Amino acid sequence: MFKLPKNLFRPLRPVFRPTRLYSSVPLTAETYKDKVSINDKFKKLNDSDIEFFKGILKDESGLITGDDCLGYNEDWMRKYRGQSQLVLKPRTTEQVSMILKYCNANNLPVVPQGGNTGLVGGSNPIFDEIIISVANLNNIRSFDPVSGIFKCDAGVILETADNYLADNGYIFPLDLGAKGSCHVGGVVATNAGGLRLLRYGSLHGTVLGLEAVLPDGTIYNSMNSLRKDNTGFDLKQLFIGSEGSIGIITGVSILCPIRSSSVNVALLGVSSYEMVQKVFIESKKELGEILSAFEFMDLNSQKLVGQYLKLDHPLEDEYPFYVLIETSGSNKDHDDEKLETFLANQMEAELVNDGIIAQDESQLRNLWSWRESIPEASTMNGGVYKYDVSLPLDDLYSLVEASSERLRGEGLVDFEDGSKPVVEAIGYGHLGDGNLHLNVCVREYSKSVESVLEPFIYQWIQEHKGSISAEHGLGFQKKNYVGYTKNDIEIKLMKEIKHHYDPHGIMNPYKYITA
Amino acid sequence: MSLKILVPVKRVIDFAVKPIINKAQTGVETKGVKFSMNPFCDIALEESLKIRESNKGLVDEIHAVSIGPTKAQDILRTALAKGADTSTLVDVGDEEVEPLAVAKILKKIVEKQQSNLIILGKQAIDDDSNQTGQMLAGLLGWPQATNASKVEINGDEISVTREIDGGSDTLKAKLPMIITTDLRLNEPRYVKLPNIMKAKKKPLEKLSPKDLDIEISKRLQTLKVQAPPERPAGVKVESVDELIEKLKQVKAI
Ligand SMILES: Cc1cc2nc3c(=O)[nH]c(=O)nc-3n(C[C@H](O)[C@H](O)[C@H](O)COP(=O)(O)OP(=O)(O)OC[C@H]3O[C@@H](n4cnc5c(N)ncnc54)[C@H](O)[C@@H]3O)c2cc1C
Repeated sequence: MFKLPKNLFRPLRPVFRPTRLYSSVPLTAETYKDKVSINDKFKKLNDSDIEFFKGILKDESGLITGDDCLGYNEDWMRKYRGQSQLVLKPRTTEQVSMILKYCNANNLPVVPQGGNTGLVGGSNPIFDEIIISVANLNNIRSFDPVSGIFKCDAGVILETADNYLADNGYIFPLDLGAKGSCHVGGVVATNAGGLRLLRYGSLHGTVLGLEAVLPDGTIYNSMNSLRKDNTGFDLKQLFIGSEGSIGIITGVSILCPIRSSSVNVALLGVSSYEMVQKVFIESKKELGEILSAFEFMDLNSQKLVGQYLKLDHPLEDEYPFYVLIETSGSNKDHDDEKLETFLANQMEAELVNDGIIAQDESQLRNLWSWRESIPEASTMNGGVYKYDVSLPLDDLYSLVEASSERLRGEGLVDFEDGSKPVVEAIGYGHLGDGNLHLNVCVREYSKSVESVLEPFIYQWIQEHKGSISAEHGLGFQKKNYVGYTKNDIEIKLMKEIKHHYDPHGIMNPYKYITA
Repeated sequence: MSLKILVPVKRVIDFAVKPIINKAQTGVETKGVKFSMNPFCDIALEESLKIRESNKGLVDEIHAVSIGPTKAQDILRTALAKGADTSTLVDVGDEEVEPLAVAKILKKIVEKQQSNLIILGKQAIDDDSNQTGQMLAGLLGWPQATNASKVEINGDEISVTREIDGGSDTLKAKLPMIITTDLRLNEPRYVKLPNIMKAKKKPLEKLSPKDLDIEISKRLQTLKVQAPPERPAGVKVESVDELIEKLKQVKAI
């Protein structure tokens, strides 16, 4: 077979962290000194601790100290930087257990880390917490081709898991732009949503069992759970979306659906947000069971992607909004027919102004790249303030307009003028799930911009009955804003659970929840 | 002068799909596999559309032809949606057709359509023969320019640039002629929605080899299809010293 060069027809790029060319990221403890201060009750790490960990880990490569910790201290957005002097990379669940037990007994704070692609500063230390990376827990444990149950270590990279499943005709029920770097355990710990949630539902439904280590070293194991199991509390749910606050996930068992043999992707140009909603309703009606993604993007997000990929947009003219529709089914003729009829109807009803359909796999990937590259494109000028929110569909886009207006009012925005701190507020997201990503793309992180945005945005969301975190979690970024979405009783119950499992508060301290 | 362009397009396993050899080792697994237009054919089609767009009134007709199973209609519909005017499917069922037979069929279509310019892919990515264009040129007795990376029209003369080791090579010929396309000639377009609808109404004629008086016979016999031997996995080294040690072991340095 002839091998075409890999770069033919511009395929997707791996997820690159924003460039490291310029100066290092300022310390979180400096940038946010008004928000956080070190807790003196924690013990300072010393040589005998390190000796102890060496004894547990045995091989040298699992223990990183000093300046080599930098990559683990900085976050993906280059917004946060911790000061950890020690990264531990255990290879077995037992090692994780021994490490945590020791830290718990000695009051040593820890930060669990997966692929370090989290977007709320949750995966990095603030001060000198020990980083426990599960990257070396990376074996696929088993796959049952009849039930579709897949079991693996927490540190398996999402894309590796999905490729393995693809070879077996199955698909991982979650997909997101960071799949080349994020871990299966990491996405469970954040309860990530992503591009397939519309079709396959949330991890709260698809995860069947977990293996996790509690601060006192206890190994909780529900890896053998079945799909239906009504025997008391569903404890694994506590870990899904807990963001490393009560334990370290070491193994995941998840139910995977069959991979669709026929996938279509169309990219549409739409004249207003109102029309986007109409197209969404119609797509649910006409595409029904084969609709697998409905993503929307505004014009500015597409302009940035064009600059980032250095390409012309696949649609010739500009439109205020773009919609990417994906269908997945088992019968190509049936799906093609359905999609084409649906699109013809949309054009005829003038809900859609223009559109294209991918004719082969590379075109399909290219169209997706105009959606999936937005996170990278949004940071390319220096940085990004990310707000990942759920809102009633009617109000979804108004938040972008309100934020943009507010920034404009302060004279902070200009798409071209490099002397303004803000490039633009852009909006895109999983419309099918009522989830908006508001990204305020900046040339540099600055207090003056942040104070215009926060708490304004959180208040706006509260007024419109939304959630301040649809899928990215709370981490460090939103630690003071939980109250905008959860009521006092909810917060009290969460704290009680935290305190019960982590009485010394060593797990991911200084983040959204403290013991 | 006006151009009547013929663009042959082949239905092949999508280039992004990793082919798997079937259990009987007689070929690759095709069940449940995604098929698309051969990328080089797509480039040939794109070039013909570009010629029409950049030379107003020059192109009379772009005709797409596919030789393959009934399903190859999908590929023709794509070609029509991208901008071909008319099309023909020569339905050969599931039979594999060798380049010479393809060239013979194409010759008949050329005569039928009175084409004077044929733009086709330099090869199909399934059998990688890279023969059809050349054989067709032989059968028709027309000039050929293979592996085009640039095509320019000056009056009734066409010049074709091809990439060669250390530079480029430019050929000139008068119509009628045959051009086969290389990878970097252009980048194929997307299909626009309204054009998909319009394509449904464009002509798609269905013929059998018999209708063209062609007998398809096989000159080649496939004995066995096998995957290349797997490469041994790489090794990770912990330090530069270890790397040097390992390289010395295999006598690389
Ligand atoms: C380009 C890009 C696109 C993205 N798109 C989406 C999207 O569409 N939808 C979405 O929901 N999110 C998205 N995200 C963010 C998403 O939260 C992360 O990509 C992913 O969920 C985190 O996985 P990770 O392994 O990198 O975890 P990390 O970033 O390492 O950690 C995230 C949090 O989980 C904790 N944690 C990690 N591993 C464990 C473990 N084994 N046990 C206990 N706690 C642990 C950490 O302490 C931290 O609090 C995107 C991120 C990027 C960079």
